[in-house]
Amino acid sequence: MGESIVITSGKGGVGKTTTTANVGTALALQDKKVCLIDTDIGLRNLDVILGLENRIIFDIVDVLEERCKVSAALVKDKRFDCLHLLPAAQSSDKNEVSPEGIKKLVDELKPNYDYILIDCPAGIEQGYRNAVAGADRAIVVTTPEKSSVRDADRIIGLLEKEEIEAPHLIINRIRKHMMDSGDMLSVDDIVSTLSVELLGVIMDDEDVIKASHHGNPVAFQPDTKASIGYRNIARRILGESVPLMSFDEEQGFMSKMKKMLGMGK
Amino acid sequence: MSETTTLLTMKGTSEGIILFLDDRCDFESLLLELKEKVTTDVSTNTTTVTVNCQNRFITKEDQENIKAIIQDNSHLKVKSVESNVLTKKEANEWLDSITVKTFVKTIRSGQVLKVDGDALIVGDVNPGATVNATGNIFVLGKLKGIVHAGFPENPDAVVVAAHMNPSQIRIADKISRAPDYEVEGSEREFAFINEENYQIELGEVHNLQKIRPNLVEITERGF
Repeated sequence: MGESIVITSGKGGVGKTTTTANVGTALALQDKKVCLIDTDIGLRNLDVILGLENRIIFDIVDVLEERCKVSAALVKDKRFDCLHLLPAAQSSDKNEVSPEGIKKLVDELKPNYDYILIDCPAGIEQGYRNAVAGADRAIVVTTPEKSSVRDADRIIGLLEKEEIEAPHLIINRIRKHMMDSGDMLSVDDIVSTLSVELLGVIMDDEDVIKASHHGNPVAFQPDTKASIGYRNIARRILGESVPLMSFDEEQGFMSKMKKMLGMGK
Repeated sequence: MSETTTLLTMKGTSEGIILFLDDRCDFESLLLELKEKVTTDVSTNTTTVTVNCQNRFITKEDQENIKAIIQDNSHLKVKSVESNVLTKKEANEWLDSITVKTFVKTIRSGQVLKVDGDALIVGDVNPGATVNATGNIFVLGKLKGIVHAGFPENPDAVVVAAHMNPSQIRIADKISRAPDYEVEGSEREFAFINEENYQIELGEVHNLQKIRPNLVEITERGF
């Protein structure tokens, strides 16, 4: 029996969909059977980031309105057999779907997968309620900006009212130099304000944008900061204890030596 | 006369004259006796008395009745009509208003916490959250949101926080907001309305005792 995880944030544009695609990919890399559900009906993106747009035949609204079977709507990933996508509808809107419908659908999918990741739309209205209905637990994505932390706080407050586990936090798009200079909230500030458990941090990385542009989630790449971050998150979801990665830039041999000798910063 | 006077007892105390009314006789004869007694009082001094009904339950109507009988038939002024007896409902309301309500959680953005009486929050009040209490507000965490103490019109209420960095403090009908520049906030402070200029001011917690000496009653009152 799989576990369903909703990925939400309240605010738009903080990287919910990118996180869903990459955490899903990273879990698939660990040989887990993963199903990604896009509940952002009317504004679907998850298929584009995964590069699966061309393969969509049916969508989630077709399934809910019983125009097709779930298995017919599921799109298999081009890289992994164990990663599937249930795309959102582009022509309907969020009010055509009910929380009960999504819950039933997720329950139907659960026996076939290890993890079901539900990509939640921005906002706290119908779309949010739909996405949360089927979830066993939640991951809240935020960036180190005041507005997105404020919205994350709001969404955590709403999630506390649902019958699900305490949410976990991913802090996305961290820029080390801005955190150091105090122009961005620090990881500690965010965690202390939101008082939820930190699942992982993702460095701001151009590779993420590049990868999404080419429909190839960054989590595939072996050595970028962001991909390591996503893979660490996947390992933590699987129950491994992985230390938080250091934000420091790669140091050269000389500066390491200097540091050792107490000469460097 | 001597038989019926036992229904009324007058006593002079440091708080003025108290008129004790018998609580075992029937109410009608008590009122009759009271009327007779006050009418025969020929002094023209306007003295203030407190009427104590002892262990008799009296309604608002009865209270007004007693007050009217005394004031219409003599020069006495009635300060208040008291009784040792409360209805269960009144007692519960009273208990409710003097109990400190405790919340062990983070109050998050968008949440509004409304409290009758005093609020004790063991947790943070995050930016965007609102706590609204008819009494005082105590925050054993970081106060970063909006608090309204003494709602709607008790200017004696205070806000105490372990870490004070609110976006707004409201006490009774006064509002004070954080400055436009970023501030760090301060540890262990309280906010109150200064009687002199009727403005919300901040003080360090150890000065609270001086400024609101009666606040100590919170922990003692009712017990």
